[in-house]
Amino acid sequence: MKLLAFGKIAEIIGKQEIEIENFPNTDILVGYLQQQYPALKDLKFSIAIDKKQVSGNVSITTDAEVALLPPFSGG
Amino acid sequence: MDRFERQYILPGFGPVSQQKLRETSVLIIGAGGLGCPALLYLSAAGIGKIGVIDGDVVSLSNLNRQVLFGKEDLGKNKAESAAEIIQKKYDDIQAEAFPHFLTKENILDIIKNYDLILDGSDNFPTRYLVNDACLIAGKPLVFGAIYQHEGQVAIFNAKGRHSINYRDLYPIPPSAREVPNCNETGVLGVLPGIIGTWMAGECIKYLTGYGDSLEDKLLFYDLLNHNSYQIQLTKNPDSEQNIPKTHSELQAMDYQDFCGLSAQTDWEAALSLLKNANQSVLVDVREIGEQPELDDVEYLQIPLADLPNSRNQLASFQNIFLFCQSGSRSLKAADMLKSQFPDKNIQSVEGGILRYLFD
Repeated sequence: MKLLAFGKIAEIIGKQEIEIENFPNTDILVGYLQQQYPALKDLKFSIAIDKKQVSGNVSITTDAEVALLPPFSGG
Repeated sequence: MDRFERQYILPGFGPVSQQKLRETSVLIIGAGGLGCPALLYLSAAGIGKIGVIDGDVVSLSNLNRQVLFGKEDLGKNKAESAAEIIQKKYDDIQAEAFPHFLTKENILDIIKNYDLILDGSDNFPTRYLVNDACLIAGKPLVFGAIYQHEGQVAIFNAKGRHSINYRDLYPIPPSAREVPNCNETGVLGVLPGIIGTWMAGECIKYLTGYGDSLEDKLLFYDLLNHNSYQIQLTKNPDSEQNIPKTHSELQAMDYQDFCGLSAQTDWEAALSLLKNANQSVLVDVREIGEQPELDDVEYLQIPLADLPNSRNQLASFQNIFLFCQSGSRSLKAADMLKSQFPDKNIQSVEGGILRYLFD
């Protein structure tokens, strides 16, 4: 699956876009990412699957595009 | 011919749309990097009444992006200067200035007189306050925010409570320390220029029905590579219960505390952060000459009554700790400063100097 990252999340991961193995749901994906990139534990973000925002733990279809959306405050 | 001719000859826009803009009022929150371009384009487009609220004054480091202002505006209130500049350019619209910071006490009275709200603020407590107040007052909200070289734009609350609001996207606020703002992290002026102009475009499209607006959508943009990404937003069941529903529920909110900026701390926590002296400062808010004195810690002396005029002295610090004799005046001082610096960590030290010396 494809993972897209924005803002500070892209800084932590080091890329705006990476290919990773498939994960069955968003909780397992986030758990994996927090293990790989511990700095993500301190951040709040929203998740979109195939360009649609989701909330709670949601299943991820094979080869979906998952985007991690941090809040921005600047103006 | 009038100054809007190029707009109403545009196919799909026309004189009817122009008339709608003329009959509409827009309130711009923050005459900063986003607010300045939005103000320029909305006033040029002929929005009938434009309000601008900002309690801050123009400073030199604003001028790379807050393009309404020049050197002659330094030290002047941003809302008053902006309204004056817009009014001088166009005498066929009405510009209104609110030269103070937005608070939960004043927000509902101000937004009730406007059809559409544009949030160009620069901190999370204000963004949640604006979102919640727009929900209570039933006002559509054009949202924009930036981080380094990226921007976000959305329209929230377009059709009342059935629409998406900011809390559907972020039900739990990030702590203000989690996401630095432009003052801390830097920004090229063109980025808020682009995002603020898009926000103005979304106002015009939403008000006239021209094209597809970003209603219930979130658009990301990256200046470095021109990547953009648009997301369809959805209702979040976790958000609804936390939203203040009435005027009095809004007054009961503490938006700084909600965003991880609690009003009080103890000496141990304060002293630990004060070791980072570049970002942190300790302030005695008692009258000059009050006893006892602290003799082993560095601090500033700014009596409570002088705090409103101490902006320049404190603006460079991220953590501001306030103490008095027993912790009561300093709590009042923290409240006063928080409306001036909504994104700073401002805390009253519990128990005051008496606890420091005798516990």
